[in-house]
Amino acid sequence: MTIYIPTPLRPYAEGKDQLDVRADTVQGALDKLTLTFPDLRKHLFTEEGKLRAFVNVYLNDEDVRYLPAKEATTVTATDTLSIIPSIAGGH
Amino acid sequence: MTVLQVTIEVYEAIRAHGEETYPHECCGALLGRPAANGWIIESSVKAGNTRTDSAHNRYQIAPVELVKIEREARKKGLSIGGFYHSHPDHPAQWSPTDFAEAHWLGCSYVITAVTQGKATVTNAFLLAGKTEENKQFEPQTVEIIKTAEPLSARRESNNS
Repeated sequence: MTIYIPTPLRPYAEGKDQLDVRADTVQGALDKLTLTFPDLRKHLFTEEGKLRAFVNVYLNDEDVRYLPAKEATTVTATDTLSIIPSIAGGH
Repeated sequence: MTVLQVTIEVYEAIRAHGEETYPHECCGALLGRPAANGWIIESSVKAGNTRTDSAHNRYQIAPVELVKIEREARKKGLSIGGFYHSHPDHPAQWSPTDFAEAHWLGCSYVITAVTQGKATVTNAFLLAGKTEENKQFEPQTVEIIKTAEPLSARRESNNS
């Protein structure tokens, strides 16, 4: 499957905007990503190993947080995983 | 100070968007290419404001909309280089809420003040820093360009 890396995280992924990995689950894919680029880990996960609150992970067009199996959801080679930091604000 | 280069079309579009949604905040993404000293923005994409509960002073872009925006940007060979939103009847300065909710390090946050329905000042701020813990907003120079041709190439062209 293909993992898409957002602009702010590319400096910690050798400048790459995507990475193709072989994995069985969302968690497996994220593990491969952070094994390949260890500097990404602190940007994606808390010290307890949970996804940071402002980091959204989408399997195709579905928010992984709302999938029944969450990070344990199985994936196929044609799936895509998008990492999207949140955007909000106001005065 | 870093520079945010935006085409005149983008500059006018994001200001017009702020006038369209007044008295609510508008929001959207800025697509472009990284430059030596900032970003060259060549297109903007309007996004919906999901904060319908408080749209006059809050904005939020649905992550799934960002997924789709980024997908389209990739097809054009562009990246998300920043975001824009408006401050209805409020200065074009970042607020504590803007700062707390800013997570796209290395990207530009563009704010347009819209006063009584009319776009006035547009400012840009780079979210600098290497981590969430030491991030900071730095003011940027907004340079309006005719085309998305890199600044260096235009300088060479002007000198020839």
